[in-house]
Amino acid sequence: MTLFRHRLFWPLALTGAVLVSLVLFPSLWQMVLAFLDGAAGGRGHFNFFSTLSRTSLIGGMALSVFLSFRAGLINIGGEGQLVIGGLVAALVGIYLPGPGVLVGVVSLLAAMLAGGLWALLAGFFERVLSVPLLVGSLLLNYPASFIASYLVSHPLRDVNSGIAQSHRIAHGAYLPRFSGTILDYGVLLMAAFGIAIIVVDRSRVFGYRARMQGISPEFARASGFPVTRMYFQILFGSGAIAGAVGFVAVFGIAHRYVDGMLVIPLYAWTGVVAVLLARVNPLWVLPAAFLFAALQTGAAGLEHSAGIPREMAQVVQGVIILFLAAGGQRFLQNTTGEGA
Amino acid sequence: MSVFLDPALFQSLPRFFTPILLAALGGSLCQRAGVFNIALEGLMLIGAFAAMAGSYAFQSWETGLLFGAAAGLGGALLFAWFSVWRGGDDIVVSIGLNILALGGSAYLLRAVFGARGSFDSPRIIALPQFGLPGLRDIPVIGGAFAAQSLLVWLALFLVPLLAALLARHSFGLRLRAAGENPVALAAAGVNARVIRTEALVICGLLCGLAGAQLSISNVTLFTEGMSSGRGWIAVVIVLMCNARMWLVLLTAVVFGFIDALGFRIQGLGMPQQFTDALPYLLALGVLALAYRNHRNPAKDQG
Repeated sequence: MTLFRHRLFWPLALTGAVLVSLVLFPSLWQMVLAFLDGAAGGRGHFNFFSTLSRTSLIGGMALSVFLSFRAGLINIGGEGQLVIGGLVAALVGIYLPGPGVLVGVVSLLAAMLAGGLWALLAGFFERVLSVPLLVGSLLLNYPASFIASYLVSHPLRDVNSGIAQSHRIAHGAYLPRFSGTILDYGVLLMAAFGIAIIVVDRSRVFGYRARMQGISPEFARASGFPVTRMYFQILFGSGAIAGAVGFVAVFGIAHRYVDGMLVIPLYAWTGVVAVLLARVNPLWVLPAAFLFAALQTGAAGLEHSAGIPREMAQVVQGVIILFLAAGGQRFLQNTTGEGA
Repeated sequence: MSVFLDPALFQSLPRFFTPILLAALGGSLCQRAGVFNIALEGLMLIGAFAAMAGSYAFQSWETGLLFGAAAGLGGALLFAWFSVWRGGDDIVVSIGLNILALGGSAYLLRAVFGARGSFDSPRIIALPQFGLPGLRDIPVIGGAFAAQSLLVWLALFLVPLLAALLARHSFGLRLRAAGENPVALAAAGVNARVIRTEALVICGLLCGLAGAQLSISNVTLFTEGMSSGRGWIAVVIVLMCNARMWLVLLTAVVFGFIDALGFRIQGLGMPQQFTDALPYLLALGVLALAYRNHRNPAKDQG
């Protein structure tokens, strides 16, 4: 019995089982190769860059989630903030005349502002109307998606394209790409956010206070931290990063807003999963996001070569969260849901 | 008004409120037992998928119903294992289960049925429908009592049943104790974990049936993500009704009515996205009203 309870037993047993089955079933080995190829292979490692490109989106959403979770704010409305950010970025990109760089910068700022305000709306619902942030932020996802969906299906639709999507943004405003790849500079923006968050979290008073507020709101209040101001600042920052992710998706990848493009791949939820896998540790947020991006692009590769539906990646994600949750660690504070 | 409030609207009302009602009843039991189950959406979705699969495989609605309930039950047991027995955070477990349901149903849809997006087939048999003889002849609103699916009647029957169970039965007492005072429950020799698991089991069954109402009664097909937020509306109802089952019924009917009305207005040229957004805006509004007099710990901290 003690053998079964040893903390290394299950990981070792699992690894052993995987190795044995790889030897026994050569076709499994083929599938592993197909998965790796999908995640990192292709001509000139094309797939690796597409994994990185996806990492910039998932990682950005993970940073957004991290920021709020760290301070104990259960903002799971990242999806709505992402959609609003992407939508506003596309609108500015399409209709603002001027030099490309200017359009790009204004779009980014507008997207961040819009995402931040959408998050503040959920904060308003909690602080003023007492609707729990968990529920309020989540419910706001739906109107955001429907507003965006309506705008690109009707008034702003590129009618000639035949599907529900906006017109293209100004060509000069596209996010530049690393030469010879499909990876755009958005990944740099997200890396910058990541580094800034690590620095603030580790060595700035604000980061310390936010962390303390997450661990113990009573302590934060008793210590005289400006908790209300921090609440709105953090919520705004969280939404602003989600909005910036929307900007990257529009300016770096799609170059227009396509209905459902930010919702269907579950970017926001994958971000939550990545933060939980990273155990709300800023250093591990982006690596965890990379892991899930690789899981998704690898699954897509597996679909091409072995015919296994790519939704497998989501199944694996769900299972990972369940086991993480059962690890017995408390990731979240204030999770009673009753007006907290 | 007469454009909207015609018999056809009331005829369609139950199919809109029943899935929400079933899920909200189950969620209320969980809330009472001290389990914050926000995986209603996912449980409903796997129920819908399994009900469709069961009905398709055996060409009978009975197996569809059975499969749907069993899938909801399985999902709930998964929830119970990771949350109640292994100490996982309810919210994290719920998020995991919701993603698992979304990915798993889409995966199986492609792996088993070879379909992407949605699947329908004449082999999927719908639930039987029947009406109440006296009530269905009432003008205008009588439509609500004519030719409704089996699950509509079951859901309505469950409202007084569960209300009585909570208020009067020893199981209901234990269930409430599991949420309010697990220590007292332990002193009485009852394991709160067992009670919570039982609440989750009932919730899973009800959510599975809610899914069955979606996929083998409202329509006879399965679409990826077809629960489309109904589980979240149910969560809102759970939060604001505090397990007062008659209030749960009332709010579910209100939300169903908004859905039905939205469906109607759509027919008159209102963009679909506006009517789809209505329930969520309404949910925010009623939550704000319901919590109006709540003490807000978050605010007290400020």
